[in-house]
Amino acid sequence: MPRPEVMDWLRTRFFPHIWCPGCGHGIIMHAILRSLVDTGKKPEETVIASGIGCSSRMPGYIDACTVHTTHGRSLAFATGIKLANPELTIVDVMGDGDCSAIGGNHFIHAARRNIDITAVIMNNNIYGMTGGQSSPTTPIGAKASTAPYGAIEPNFNLCELAAGAGASYVARSTVAQPNICEKYIKKGIENKGFSVVEIMTFCHTQFGRRNKIPKPVDNINRLRDKSVPKAKAEKMAAEELQDKIVTGEFVEKDTPEFVAEYEQLIERVRG
Amino acid sequence: MPKTEFWQGNVALAQGALAAGCRFFGGYPITPSSEIAETMSKELPKRDGRFIQMEDEIASIAATIGASLTGKKSLTATSGPGFSLKQENLGLAYQAEVPIVVVDVMRGGPSTGLPTKISQQDVMQARWGTHGDHATIALCPSSVQECYELAIDAFNLAERFRQPVIILSDEVLGHMRERVIVPESDSIALVDRKKPEVSPSDFVPYKADPKDDIPAMAGFGDGYRWHVTGLTHNEWGFPTNKAPEIEQKMLRVMRKVERFRDDIIKYDTESIEDAEVIVLGYGSVARTGLSAVREARAAGHKVGYFRPVTLWPFPDKELQAQLDTAKTVIVPELNCGQMVHEVERASCGRVEVVQQTLVNGELFKPSEILEKIKEVV
Ligand SMILES: Cc1ncc(C[n+]2csc(CCOP(=O)(O)OP(=O)(O)O)c2C)c(N)n1
Ligand code: SF4
Repeated sequence: MPRPEVMDWLRTRFFPHIWCPGCGHGIIMHAILRSLVDTGKKPEETVIASGIGCSSRMPGYIDACTVHTTHGRSLAFATGIKLANPELTIVDVMGDGDCSAIGGNHFIHAARRNIDITAVIMNNNIYGMTGGQSSPTTPIGAKASTAPYGAIEPNFNLCELAAGAGASYVARSTVAQPNICEKYIKKGIENKGFSVVEIMTFCHTQFGRRNKIPKPVDNINRLRDKSVPKAKAEKMAAEELQDKIVTGEFVEKDTPEFVAEYEQLIERVRG
Repeated sequence: MPKTEFWQGNVALAQGALAAGCRFFGGYPITPSSEIAETMSKELPKRDGRFIQMEDEIASIAATIGASLTGKKSLTATSGPGFSLKQENLGLAYQAEVPIVVVDVMRGGPSTGLPTKISQQDVMQARWGTHGDHATIALCPSSVQECYELAIDAFNLAERFRQPVIILSDEVLGHMRERVIVPESDSIALVDRKKPEVSPSDFVPYKADPKDDIPAMAGFGDGYRWHVTGLTHNEWGFPTNKAPEIEQKMLRVMRKVERFRDDIIKYDTESIEDAEVIVLGYGSVARTGLSAVREARAAGHKVGYFRPVTLWPFPDKELQAQLDTAKTVIVPELNCGQMVHEVERASCGRVEVVQQTLVNGELFKPSEILEKIKEVV
């Protein structure tokens, strides 16, 4: 059950939602709503943007200013929204495919601009909505409907990608640690700049079924068992870390934010 | 006092957009449209507007739609290859009913084609480029003065009908310099989108007024909460699979334009009352067509000129009204045959439609159109 204070943020009239029972996306939605409540945001001054995918259906269920855009492009829409009205708080929710395959270019450029948007990536290592095709984060060897013999492509490390491109806050957690997810999202919202919170989740129906973990609870336990906090990971050998999920905060820095820079430019031009 | 300027077509277009109240531009450089972005990058900050050069054309139109959702009048401009890239999100703007203006300064195609040469090969891309049915509004200037004026019209139409409006300019017009009479700003009639008159708790975002089939639009940040999606949706903006709701939405967005087509359609004629031959041209080609028509008249031929200023919806009624005396319509176009089929459709077999095609990156010479006129009279 959701915490009572998040109820004002839910469009219960649109329930039931489309997610499979037990899907990890709901845990993330709850963490986002708690973060918005705790940071004191008002729904009518908050924009939740998304692309296309199971994860990207989230804005429909949140009673704020919500926009469900095209596959991979939500950060470009969000950039226009933020630049046009800097007063708005923007959380952009994306699937791993949405963010890093079709949307890869927009992702790195949003990070490069360091625009004040919080990107929450729901990484379930698969394309859920379209039926379990492989994504740029499907682990090597894992089965997907378009990788029937096991995936062979190396993966993106989305946090490293975001850090390299210039994001000013980057963190990773898993749905097995919802309170930590909430803490990171909250910090992301409070950071004035581009924040990336990658949350490792699962798709038991599409990924789990093909890879012998069809039950939600087994997926959650697996995520918990595979996570290694950053400090511990630093002391581990590369081989030991191969199958692990390193969690924690990777970037926290104060660098110029795009919209603020533009406002200064306006001031300069207008004198 | 109106001012006189000597502007390039692209600059006039940007100036027209600013006069219309445009305060956001999202773009990506491409010849022959880049001067629009350059002008906007210089002028917008002076007016507390926002300019952004995005990472590509897909992102540019996305940012433009996003900005419009906050209530800002927003523009993006491009040319052929960029227009192709914008098509998916253009569809979202039709579906979600977000007013934006998209300029396509046409160059030769397909593909990278002829970056610095004129064509009119994007006429059907403007009409049918994105997937799915939608009611297109596309305007086509023929002079630098019109680049300015139609930019204002385009914003007014986008705001009124709550949908994208396309301006089809071309390379010659974009780069040509001409005198432009700039009216005083308070003499320009501006249209703003309808804002909701109900309280946030009573706001049903896609509930249309039966009077005009257009729902009022709240801006993000105006105190309303609502959902925007590219999925077919009901009055709440929420995805639907119910046949009656789908049909209601689809037919309404077509109807809101069709009902008011008389307000949208603009066209221009000369010497047409008794014309046996009509030359129908648009964009830069219309000017060559007009001088050929004038020469033919001087030589005693009953020839008239018809120029659709609104390409979509196509002015079919208006053309039909001119076909009592005419036996032939000549359609000179810088493509292998696009608008000519629309003319054939509109003329319902009442006249012979003659296609004149040029696809070498050049404009017709008046003599070439004159020759065609002499062939058919
Ligand atoms: C341009 C375009 N290409 C492809 C699709 C089909 N499509 C819809 S959702 C999706 C993948 C979603 O996967 P992900 O982003 O990982 O989210 P998930 O469903 O797993 O939450 C794809 C490929 C689309 N809608 N648009
Ligand atoms: S298909 Fe997978 S990602 Fe989509 S709702 Fe079901 S479990 Fe979740």
